[in-house]
Amino acid sequence: MDFAALAPSANSVMPSVHPTSQAKEAAFSPYEDHGGTNLAIAGADFCVIASDTRQSNGYHINTRFAPKTFKLTDKTVLTTAGCQPDCNMVATRVRQHIEWYKYTHNRSISTAAIAQMLSIMLYQKRFFPYYDFNILGGLDEEGRGAVYSYDSIGSMERVPCQCCGSASALIQPFLDNQVRNKNQKGKEEVTAFDPVAKLSLETTLKIVKDAFTSATERDIYTGDSLQIFIVTRDGVEEQRYPLKRD
Amino acid sequence: MAARVELETTGFDFGLTRRNAALESKGTTAPKATKTGTTIVGLIFKDGVVLGADTRATEGPIVADKNCEKIHYIAPNMYCCGAGTAADTEFTTNMISSQMELHSLSTGRETRVVTAMTMLKQYLFRYQGHISAALVLGGYDVTGPHLYTIYPHGSTDKLPFVTMGSGSLAAMAIFESRWRKDMERQDAIDLVKDAIEAGIFNDLGSGSNVDVCVIEKGHVDYLRNYARPNERALKEQSYTFARGTTAVLKSSVRHLVQVTDEDAMDTTL
Repeated sequence: MDFAALAPSANSVMPSVHPTSQAKEAAFSPYEDHGGTNLAIAGADFCVIASDTRQSNGYHINTRFAPKTFKLTDKTVLTTAGCQPDCNMVATRVRQHIEWYKYTHNRSISTAAIAQMLSIMLYQKRFFPYYDFNILGGLDEEGRGAVYSYDSIGSMERVPCQCCGSASALIQPFLDNQVRNKNQKGKEEVTAFDPVAKLSLETTLKIVKDAFTSATERDIYTGDSLQIFIVTRDGVEEQRYPLKRD
Repeated sequence: MAARVELETTGFDFGLTRRNAALESKGTTAPKATKTGTTIVGLIFKDGVVLGADTRATEGPIVADKNCEKIHYIAPNMYCCGAGTAADTEFTTNMISSQMELHSLSTGRETRVVTAMTMLKQYLFRYQGHISAALVLGGYDVTGPHLYTIYPHGSTDKLPFVTMGSGSLAAMAIFESRWRKDMERQDAIDLVKDAIEAGIFNDLGSGSNVDVCVIEKGHVDYLRNYARPNERALKEQSYTFARGTTAVLKSSVRHLVQVTDEDAMDTTL
């Protein structure tokens, strides 16, 4: 490459052009990242869904309490991260469809049906996607924990555990190791064929809390407070814990 | 054929800056530096100057250092808070500190704050803002207490209370509402602490602890971690792995020295 040619010559004069005579591309950027982290873990007869509540923009905190996890039914919870209005819109539309399902079929919708519906809803906006990363958690028809993981345009997979959002790169390896027993000799690994973790609810909650307190230490977009939703056959229980606010 | 460009014979050469910009426009990415998205402050009180800083260093969205030092030593009567690229603030203050020591040795006098400020601004201006160091310089010399801010392009301010870095707005809000002329020492320290904490809690680029430095006539108090408002909560369980958890895939033992009979050490003596 000829670097000398790239340097402007000392006596070259820029042609004067009136600003309005030049073509200008009007840039419209509807996407914003509001940070935050979510995770879900499926147990034998329970499911734990958790998220922090900080909503930020750049170096600024919009609010310390902006819930982004939504109870959909008595056995399904949706958690979202990305652009706050997109997250809200997806949750609103999913809830609307759940209601329509109830009126049409006269019974409550299953977790698997919501999962499939969400995937379709996301893919319908394939070329103008929601800036929204979802995890759906709940109980399946057999009463086992179920976690469905998505990308922003509807690719879906049932998994034992999943983390998404700003600290996902910090937490996901921790979950793979502690929940799925990956890279641990002498421990039975949780494979894709067995999409439920072999953990007690008590241990699962400890892992969730430690994941969030640790992520708060190193990710600037995660913090303020932690919301944990526990889904069992008795319904959905919500717990809240403070996180560091710096 | 490409036009021949004459190299400038005087002034500073920015050839590599243009080359890097051209390379970046063609898709090459430059290595990322640790930035200290920061809150740093300083104020003048009755008997001297108080400087303050948070202790978080970031690399994009990740906290690179939870307890770094941002108040740098310049001379026995002078300290300097740095915001911007960590390496730039570190090396700039270090270099000026060394020059100030030599200056004081050759003149046989205590260095003046205005000297350090002038040397810093001339150095930064020479690099046209490419050295990203935003500084708060404070000290006490023969002419009294002094407090300056120095911007990366070389401009300076001399004010009774100043803030800098990404948390400067949060910190300035505290100063604007509570700073008074001729404050008492403890009141000044408390105000600096509160200003830094405003940055720590309201600016995502700032965090962890509060460092304070009080400079008075012939006396300096460097109060490292003066406040620690962000202690980590205890973990719920231990994550120590059982021995043998890491799988051994392959093992080989190599003998670096081969001992034969003739070479063996004579142990008869």
